[in-house]
Amino acid sequence: MLELCIETSRSPQRVLGDIVTQVAEGDRICLLGPSGIGKTTLLNAIVGLETQFPAAAVKKSADLRVGYLFQEHRLLPWRTLRQNLMLVGVRSRDVEPLLAQVGLAGCAEHLPDQLSLGMARRAALARCLAIEPDLLLLDEPFASLDPPRAQALRRLLGKLLEARPCMAMICVTHDVRDAGELANRIWYLDGQPARLQWDERLASDSDVACMSRRLRNLSEDEA
Amino acid sequence: MKTAPWACWVALPAALLTWWAVAGVVDSSLLPTPLAVLQTLWGEVQAGELQHHLGVTLRRVMLSFVLAMTLGTLLGVWMGRSPLANALLDPLLVLFLNLPALVTIILLYVWLGLVEAAAVLAVVINKVPNVAVTVREGARSLDHRLEQMAEVYRFTRWQRLAHVWTPQLFPYLMAATRGGLALIWKIVLVVELLGRSDGIGFQLHMAFQVFDVASILAYSLAFIAVVQLIELAVLQPLERRASRWRTAGVRHA
Repeated sequence: MLELCIETSRSPQRVLGDIVTQVAEGDRICLLGPSGIGKTTLLNAIVGLETQFPAAAVKKSADLRVGYLFQEHRLLPWRTLRQNLMLVGVRSRDVEPLLAQVGLAGCAEHLPDQLSLGMARRAALARCLAIEPDLLLLDEPFASLDPPRAQALRRLLGKLLEARPCMAMICVTHDVRDAGELANRIWYLDGQPARLQWDERLASDSDVACMSRRLRNLSEDEA
Repeated sequence: MKTAPWACWVALPAALLTWWAVAGVVDSSLLPTPLAVLQTLWGEVQAGELQHHLGVTLRRVMLSFVLAMTLGTLLGVWMGRSPLANALLDPLLVLFLNLPALVTIILLYVWLGLVEAAAVLAVVINKVPNVAVTVREGARSLDHRLEQMAEVYRFTRWQRLAHVWTPQLFPYLMAATRGGLALIWKIVLVVELLGRSDGIGFQLHMAFQVFDVASILAYSLAFIAVVQLIELAVLQPLERRASRWRTAGVRHA
């Protein structure tokens, strides 16, 4: 579905090294790695926002629909949630059911600044889902949320993914627990310039436990 | 901090009373009392002169304003978004910013003759650089994160213009509009004074020939009142409406 082949050898700013991998339908990938290593750059490259990579660096079908949950909500602050959703093609009558899916029933006429951080992030998630994406990109979706709210969003995300078995996901996170709850595959980005050090499938809970141990050891080594 | 509601009703009445008192003491036709100015104003209204000249000047102001805002906005957005366009046009912009209005007016009257097109063009040339400079700042400060969002969600050009760019440019457009209206009508008066046979500027010129200070003040006050009305009835409601989202609600904890 998505052939990810990034060749950066001729790029002047080598944040990312060459990355060659593939993303298939139903892949739920957690992208881990140290801060500042280029995880967001990789997501931006996939969606075509990184000008340092030529468009041909990422091979994907032209009609691939990508939903991107940025670190900030990036809803238009001067438009209500209804207007924000209608701008990506949602019909007015479908707005309420869509917002209800993310626990924001009755908030259609609210402006983004009238919502809490967690609510705004869920509204942005609704926008991602509104376009019925083949690939969902999440950039640290649980950052800056207190633990109960982060857990609630994690559960919501798990439920939404379950209802869309064909949709692929790449989720940037620092928390290996997210991998256990959401992912069936782990990418670990590291090095200078950054490359995928691991690209492993998680088949069972013991795989997750093993991966957690490896990541813990790695971070202890770094410390 | 909230100010007392009477605070804005102090300066103008005080100025009016001072004017009245000084005019009473001086007792000269070179400084008529407010009442004498009002009587002159009423006389001009009854003769139909004021409405005619006011209408002509307003038409020139509006035409120049629309042209200057349109051209200035296009130029400002282009220069704000394209470093090449900015590098090419910035020296010209600085030149035109520093060109005295009087020079433009005289040159255009010399080159094109004392015609309406020269009058309007002179005003537009004077105003376009001011609008461009203000809007350029706005275009430079467009939020690139929202631009990326629009890119990812495949917004059409129209959607970007109407929903992403215009709301961000709005404060700059309002600043250009306010400054523009005030500057344009002042330049229009000079244009009329130098080369037209109607309009408030022409009437001021006629009054100046005979030192008719009452008429000068009557026509000036009438026009200031109209511009103030535009500010109160059009610009302020427009600004309140477009800025409603900023004050719509308090962020949740």
